[in-house]
Amino acid sequence: MRDLAEGLSQAAHLVVTLDPDLIEITALSLKVSMGATLVACVLGLPLGAWLAVNRFVMRRFVIAILNALMGLPPVVVGLIVYVIFSRAGPLGVLGLLFTPTVMVIAQVIIITPIVASIAHQAIRDLWADYHDLLISLNASRLQRIQALLWDGRRALMTAGLAGFGRAIGEVGAIMVVGGNIDHATRVLTTAIALETGKGEFGMALALGFVLIGLSILVNLTLHMLGRTERGSRW
Amino acid sequence: MKMTPILTSLAALWIGTAALAEEFKMAVTTSFANSGLAEVLLPQIKADTGLDVQLLIVGTGQALALGAAGDVDAVLVHARAAEEKFINEGNATHRREIMYNDFIIVGPSNDGAKVKSAKTANEALQAVAKAESDFVSRGDDSGTHKMELGLWKSAGVSHEGAWYKAVGQGMGAALNTAAGMDAYILSDRASWLNFGNKANLTLVFEGDPVLFNQYAFLPVNPAKHAHVKSEAAARLEDWLTGDTAKGLIDGYAINGQKLFVFNAQPK
Repeated sequence: MRDLAEGLSQAAHLVVTLDPDLIEITALSLKVSMGATLVACVLGLPLGAWLAVNRFVMRRFVIAILNALMGLPPVVVGLIVYVIFSRAGPLGVLGLLFTPTVMVIAQVIIITPIVASIAHQAIRDLWADYHDLLISLNASRLQRIQALLWDGRRALMTAGLAGFGRAIGEVGAIMVVGGNIDHATRVLTTAIALETGKGEFGMALALGFVLIGLSILVNLTLHMLGRTERGSRW
Repeated sequence: MKMTPILTSLAALWIGTAALAEEFKMAVTTSFANSGLAEVLLPQIKADTGLDVQLLIVGTGQALALGAAGDVDAVLVHARAAEEKFINEGNATHRREIMYNDFIIVGPSNDGAKVKSAKTANEALQAVAKAESDFVSRGDDSGTHKMELGLWKSAGVSHEGAWYKAVGQGMGAALNTAAGMDAYILSDRASWLNFGNKANLTLVFEGDPVLFNQYAFLPVNPAKHAHVKSEAAARLEDWLTGDTAKGLIDGYAINGQKLFVFNAQPK
């Protein structure tokens, strides 16, 4: 319990004094995870919608695979990405290993199935309501997907936020491909792992509290921008 | 759309990462990183050689694997046999000894296995095995793990049994486990002195010369990986074996305890 109290007070101290190291790793955490979330939404939302409105052979199989991929162990994704981007690997010439870019790539692989699965579920429900209307309006397939994506935007925001939540708290993959290099690829979660390894539980917890606070802040901001949950609306 | 300013600021952040000094990637062992010596050496290295040394903190096994794949420019590790194998496989041009520190045995303060009365490292391990006291092993193919396995072998006792816990993690995580279980563990002195969660553990054995821990610098072979910064590696090696490094390494202490002994030989 003493560690928890110490962690809270250290977290407050770090935030109030705008500790430069804290700001650096927090900014990189945000940059990597928001970057990965943006890419995952660009890929995952249309994919989820497309799966909801199309009927094809193996559809059930594809959806089951997508759902299963939600449980991908990050450290396995990290290793696969490492092997591909290692100098000895097929994309090694790009020299991307141990950079924020490859951390984004690893996180995109982890969270795209989550974004796509949640989007698929939400849009499938919406599609059941809209089916007759859109068909009678003779909307093209692209128009149908556009209408569903737009009208389902709240649920899709949840899909994006779920992806972001997994990304910002993820440590296994970015530790392997980023390397936790000070002033280069260190983010909040890898710093927490490092401090825990040093037995500095107070500092590790302080960073953990900052991470939780950050996650709440990002979610609140997006809800405000999206104007959800206002008093007069349901 | 409201996303535009977010995208612009993200793009700005991205460009801001471009580095100014020459970057040099070196894989080092957790024990070296935990000692805190890096924080003393790196700023001086940057000032003297212009090299922005980026450390990848991993176990010796992974450090050598990163070197063999050409993902780092040099490695700084402490496991002689593995280093020589690394050179024989053509992964490094040579090894250069830089400094040494030592290993210690840490255990519960009540010392149930009576390790404190041991005269040699062999006796210490024999006492742990005889009492079947809990012993935490790194179990991660690191330099410390290799040293521990070598010690069991020379002590001539088996370390198999429920009391022997191989955790497969870094020095800090293994120390955390030992602290939680009140178990014995082999640690390098630096990690132990800097460790923040000592709990009920205390130093129970030290000083046997077999616990000597030699660190060596191995530049990755440019003949195998043309992209490695071999010129920068040579500059760093000169610095690490020079007088400035000698002063900083020999002068480094935690709570008044000296940690490393510089022993690089001039070329």
